[in-house]
Amino acid sequence: MSEEEEPASGTFRAEVRDWLRAHVPAAPLPSVDTAEGFERHRSWERELAAARLSVISWPADYGGRGATLLDWLAFEDEYYAASAPVRVGQNGIFLLGPTLLSHGTSEQRARLLPPMARADEIWAQAWSEPDAGSDLAAIRARAARADGGWVLSGTKTWSSRAAFADKAFGLFRCDPQAERHRGLIYLMFSLRADGITVRPIRQLGGGTGFAEIFLDEVFVPDADVIGEPGDGWRIAMSTAGHERGLSLRSPGRFTAAADRLAGLWRRTTGPAGAMGAAGTATADRVADAWIAARAYRLHTYATAARLAAGGTLGAEASLGKVFWSELDVALHETALDLLGPQAEVAGLDGPDGRWLDGYLFALAGPIYAGTNEIQRTVIAERLLGLPR
Amino acid sequence: MSLAGSAEQDQFAAALHELLSAADVSGAARRWAGQDYAAGLAVWRRLAGTGATALAVPAEHGGLGASLADVMIACEEAGHHALPGPVAESLAAIPVLLAGLAAEPAAAAWLPLLAAGDLIATVALPPDRPYAADAGPAGLTLLVRDDTAWLATPGTSLPSVDPARRLWSVDGRELLARGPAVATAAARALDAGALACAAQLLGAGRALLEHSVRHALQRTQFGRPVGSFQAVKHRLADVAIALEFARPLVADAADALTEDRATAARDTSAAKVAATGAAHLAARAALQVHGAIGYTQELGLHLWLTKVHALANAWGSQAAHRARVLAALTGKTACR
Repeated sequence: MSEEEEPASGTFRAEVRDWLRAHVPAAPLPSVDTAEGFERHRSWERELAAARLSVISWPADYGGRGATLLDWLAFEDEYYAASAPVRVGQNGIFLLGPTLLSHGTSEQRARLLPPMARADEIWAQAWSEPDAGSDLAAIRARAARADGGWVLSGTKTWSSRAAFADKAFGLFRCDPQAERHRGLIYLMFSLRADGITVRPIRQLGGGTGFAEIFLDEVFVPDADVIGEPGDGWRIAMSTAGHERGLSLRSPGRFTAAADRLAGLWRRTTGPAGAMGAAGTATADRVADAWIAARAYRLHTYATAARLAAGGTLGAEASLGKVFWSELDVALHETALDLLGPQAEVAGLDGPDGRWLDGYLFALAGPIYAGTNEIQRTVIAERLLGLPR
Repeated sequence: MSLAGSAEQDQFAAALHELLSAADVSGAARRWAGQDYAAGLAVWRRLAGTGATALAVPAEHGGLGASLADVMIACEEAGHHALPGPVAESLAAIPVLLAGLAAEPAAAAWLPLLAAGDLIATVALPPDRPYAADAGPAGLTLLVRDDTAWLATPGTSLPSVDPARRLWSVDGRELLARGPAVATAAARALDAGALACAAQLLGAGRALLEHSVRHALQRTQFGRPVGSFQAVKHRLADVAIALEFARPLVADAADALTEDRATAARDTSAAKVAATGAAHLAARAALQVHGAIGYTQELGLHLWLTKVHALANAWGSQAAHRARVLAALTGKTACR
């Protein structure tokens, strides 16, 4: 692939780059995990939506542009290179949105996708439970049949963005007698509904990026069920595919970070080797992180080309999930080692201040969206053919 | 000729795999280790029948003038079967070197012979590559020193950790070319050789993973196949991941070299670092998964294990290739 120093004018990439140059806030927004920061990020999403840049790969009817995968990757490259804000609507636009496009009714798409694209409704995911993490099919929260809908009871946890979000989607057990993968229902509910209690959970870095959701006889109408009752597991796995696959972590995040790492290395130790032998060892890690980020980019583009030609992405997505999450940790650890005594300072001024936050964020990568242990088991059993 | 797309490249790889699977390459490698080269050279001639030895030779010199991406497919399959002989030299580095010196009739004259598979060829490029690998059975041995290129005569030889490989000191016998064109051609040849070596390592790593999976399915302990244990599964999953993400770097560097991009040296080194790392991980995992039987010359796993160790530093060390990536990072270079 060619180096894209400066895009040709008139191309989609150039439009994105120019728009971001003009609109990305000069100072970083307050943390998305505060009430104020959440609303500031919502406003940013609305700006993106007004420029029809919030959900470019969706059909135009729902606020998108019907963009190709390659255009989406170009968008992501530019987005991260511009250090634009975290996507507060990510759970909705990258997970629930594609699920509704594949499995939702036309009524659901028309009702739910446009406000999702405009960030009028921001979504949290409600999958894990206190006793159902890696073993997601152990879900116990109940959906009981009621007149015209379902009544939800139970506890969901580690719900990303739930502290401030408007709505949530997740899996509930609708048939306790059925085989455990077949007794689940996929549905959506308001976090403002009667019977909902949200308890924000303070994370490693101090923010409340996720929360516990207690549901006490929460009514959900039939219109908010995705697919057939009992078919929830199959539908959820298609969402999990989106999450592990291309849409969760585009290479733009890592290539931008790798370039920033190279800049940090030039500035701190550099080719002159100011750190002596220690500098050589760190330099090798800079090289490896940079190589891995480029490998992830090239691999992603090759996958996108394969998908565009009609291929499918199955268990292969697990290869990428382990690779990018470990790359992200290694890359940030290397940056912190270059910062030396500054590394532990929380809230460091300037661009160097992003490395510690980025590191704490990266540390979650090997855990969420299916732990890397689960992914390695998937790779071994489904790609290599080793016995269960 | 260039293979039109990935489907044709897949077909070419499958054809090579079929040919080499039927050729008892392991038996030939064991005889090669005893300096009995006939069986191995017969495999090379059959390989030439597929066009593999002609890929990197320009069409005007009797070759196919293929892209380096196509050449890398042949190198990967050679590594996959632990083919003995100077693979990176004969399939990539020497055709590229001689094509760069083709203004000299004495240099150009060798190209059709290489393409036809009449001989295998090797080269020493001191100081970084002081030995010519497998000059014994080679029909053409070259020496490139500074800005001179020579036909060379093999002198004494040293054994390699890879029993099916010997390292020869060589002396220049007849000057082929002199001047800046030699330095330019040698630099290109070094990149082509390093990348071919990376592709070979990728193939060897893939073979080691396949052997490991087969063994883990077959070998039973505690009443279960050892491949059902999570410690084994996760180790082999890591090998699959490393190989999967080294491959696109090799493909991209091949395009960079073919198109003579400004980033070609950086991209070649990135590919070599990643492929060596992946193959090394595959070798360690394969040995561990096989246990004691893998640590013998009876099973044959050693043919791949030792080749990985030999090739890991054969076309530039990991340190040297990382240094080339870092040199690119001192300037304005974008990861994307």
